[in-house]
Amino acid sequence: MSTDLEQFYEIFFEESSELLADMEACLLRLDVNSPDLEDLNAIFRAAHSIKGGAGTFGFTDMTEMTHMLETLLDRLRKGELTVRSEMVDAFLRAGDVIKAQLAGHRGEGEADPAIAAEVCEELKKLSDETQDRLLDEKRIVANTKMDMVTIKADIGKASEVAVNVSQPKNDSPKQVYCIEFSSVGMGDAAIENLLTNLKRMGDLENLSLTDKRDHFKLKLSTESGEEDVWETLAFVVDPANLKIEVETNRAAEAVGIEENFSSDVSNSSDRFINEDESPITELSSAPSYGFFPGAPAAPKELDGSELRSNSVQQQNNARSDKNEIQSTVNKPSTKASAATTTSTSETSSIRVSIEKVDQMINLVGELVITQAMLAQTTSQLDPVIFEKLLSGMSQLERNTRDLQESVMSIRMMPISFVFSRYPRVVRDLAAKLNKRVELRTVGENTELDKGLIEKIADPLTHLVRNSLDHGIEVAEKRIAAGKPAQGTITLRAFHQGGSIVIEVSDDGAGLNRGKILAKAKERGLPVSDGMSDQEVWSLIFEAGFSTAEIVTDVSGRGVGMDVVKRNIQSMGGRIDIESALGVGTRISIRLPLTLAILDGLSVAVGDQMFIVPLNYIIESMQPTAADIKTVSGHGRVVQVRGEYLPVVALHEVFNLHPNVTAVHEGILVILEAEGHKAALFVDDLIGQHQVVIKSLESNYRRVQGVSGATIMGDGKVALILDTAALVLACQQEMV
Amino acid sequence: MSQQQIAIASSGSNNPQASHMADEFLTFRLGNEEYGIEILKVQEIRGYDAITQIANAPEFIKGVVNLRGIIVPIIDMRIKFRLGNVDYNQFTVVIILNVAGRIMGIVVDGVSDVIALSAEQIRPAPGLGSVIDTEHIIGLGTVDERMLILIDIEKLMSSSDMGLIEHTIN
Repeated sequence: MSTDLEQFYEIFFEESSELLADMEACLLRLDVNSPDLEDLNAIFRAAHSIKGGAGTFGFTDMTEMTHMLETLLDRLRKGELTVRSEMVDAFLRAGDVIKAQLAGHRGEGEADPAIAAEVCEELKKLSDETQDRLLDEKRIVANTKMDMVTIKADIGKASEVAVNVSQPKNDSPKQVYCIEFSSVGMGDAAIENLLTNLKRMGDLENLSLTDKRDHFKLKLSTESGEEDVWETLAFVVDPANLKIEVETNRAAEAVGIEENFSSDVSNSSDRFINEDESPITELSSAPSYGFFPGAPAAPKELDGSELRSNSVQQQNNARSDKNEIQSTVNKPSTKASAATTTSTSETSSIRVSIEKVDQMINLVGELVITQAMLAQTTSQLDPVIFEKLLSGMSQLERNTRDLQESVMSIRMMPISFVFSRYPRVVRDLAAKLNKRVELRTVGENTELDKGLIEKIADPLTHLVRNSLDHGIEVAEKRIAAGKPAQGTITLRAFHQGGSIVIEVSDDGAGLNRGKILAKAKERGLPVSDGMSDQEVWSLIFEAGFSTAEIVTDVSGRGVGMDVVKRNIQSMGGRIDIESALGVGTRISIRLPLTLAILDGLSVAVGDQMFIVPLNYIIESMQPTAADIKTVSGHGRVVQVRGEYLPVVALHEVFNLHPNVTAVHEGILVILEAEGHKAALFVDDLIGQHQVVIKSLESNYRRVQGVSGATIMGDGKVALILDTAALVLACQQEMV
Repeated sequence: MSQQQIAIASSGSNNPQASHMADEFLTFRLGNEEYGIEILKVQEIRGYDAITQIANAPEFIKGVVNLRGIIVPIIDMRIKFRLGNVDYNQFTVVIILNVAGRIMGIVVDGVSDVIALSAEQIRPAPGLGSVIDTEHIIGLGTVDERMLILIDIEKLMSSSDMGLIEHTIN
């Protein structure tokens, strides 16, 4: 029995992790100003599912935490509370706690109960506190209302009160604009577009009469200034036909009207519903929705009169029936709903162990080689006699190619798996550093090998954090520099010529050439003022190099960029920096499409062939005899553009019989690894290949100087040189 | 290209414990001697192909070959057992073994046949003090007039003096 349960544990853990990830994605997508009910529901469902599972397995700590989440979420989705950014923060923290608890139950580390209790307490406080606040607000509103009824005569004063009431919700008071324009000569699409734009600015009510199709009368309640509204409209409508009136005073009047009206209607609400058109102008001018856009439920219960609240509700219904345009408050923004549809389409999948996939890839690779061998043989046959065989062969070729492509694609995953973690990283860090940063991601669907996906995450996190900490300036500095207060970090992924490029760019301060050079001199690095920008930028990859004045817990210790570079190189990739002072920095990482394939240069020594990874090669050259010098009669060095490089003869390292022994008769391949250079002496260069890396260790053991093996087109095995080891070994010998 | 491949049906008992006692052995020649190894350890037999040398490896490790996408080391048993006269001709074959979770190939002078030996047919090996440690010999098998040296190939291949497997702890 226990083993059975164990099996379910695993499923629960997997599922919960996925649910948590979904939940976090929803939370980050959630727009505090117009929360999408669908998202709230999704978060609620996730919390609920985890709670159910945790309850079944008796993980009480998780049950408690998810229960607290649920309580608050439930109130939110019922509209009893409004979403605030503190709540989103609390939810995210709760998510982290649940993640830690999950890991704890998995036996990977221990969840801290103190933090859990803290977050629990906070959630509880939030749900209670907000309730109190809401009650207070209701009271204020109710009082104001009463005041207004009594001092209805003094319109100006009433409007002031009304505006004040709205302040706890919105920092800037809303203005009500009465807009009239003629749509003669405008297409339906243009009108539609205009109305959508206006709706985005605030609460829009369409007061135009249905029988006058070309004359529009709108009431817009928005925080935007008159100019903005004018601009939005004037872009589409002929300004000659456009009239905009500011209407703050009418708002208070309208409250009065509503008061009167509601008492009126309370007696005859049925009659009102049936009235189709006539009172609609009056009715919709009731600005209660405009004042409390975040709390649609609040005004309903204002004076406790059952009948009146009913009438408001019916009024609401009636309005939504008649007018296609509704306030945007409860509607999901189009952006959010689009995001939902894209993310749900990726979920149908099966779990297969990586070994099975790798085995399949191996076998298909073999199939391709065999097919190539057969094709070679059959190409010598008479095409007339063997017509059928040859057409079968060409079909086989097509099929094997398709098969290979689709099998290779199994290991490929969209880079969104990595990118999806950064909105959270950026959000947390930006809040900590008190910066305003927007993260943009481009090309999330670019696919790359699963192995790379796992390895790229850490270096990329480092680069994103660096951009945020060093690149993006604080808002004041940005404004002073004439840039928008909000900085932008862009993550972009795309394919380029058989490799994948991932870029991290920011519109921040850029790298400071002078500062880097000064720091490098201070550290005693060999630098000169005449260095190219590229060379200067690459100094930041030196271990322990940092220009940050203060060491924070985010960065500044100078640990990191060297690790990033090493990680990228170990993946067979390259990293480049472009930067302009005051404009921004772009760091691009270029990776091979898959870990299993390497770009290499094949070289020959005697009858053996070796592969040198291309990303370590600087150049290849045929030296003249005069360039070769000996040191103390034994070690050889070669002079390349004023630099003396040690010569590593591959046949000596591997005890081979070379065709040439004099260095100037062969070829020198200049290698660079981890900052050291060496010249590798080989007989000849053969060509450049993309080779599939095979492990030598799975059936044999590690061989000094060899990092792996590969199978060439003719089926022979060629060894891949461990360039870094060769270069470093020679460095040690020299010392 | 002698790509001769003899498929071997892996018959025999499913009881690995008793497999020493009465089981089938693949017999092969090394020089003038005849050897036998457990058939269940044999994956396939193929011709001697182009081999890629490995730097600084012991002399008996000829190198590695590509076996359908897997890199397999090849050991020449004649060099390992110092049987002199090592030449590679059309009868030279490579027996691909699957031992200790690894795949490797051994070069032999020729494969004879598959013989079933009962427990009575196997005599314990006398202490020979020879190049092969007797602990790697299961026994000597007798079939008609022939004598087979039965090798515990798994033990032999995983022993440290073969240098095939990294012995990090030992």
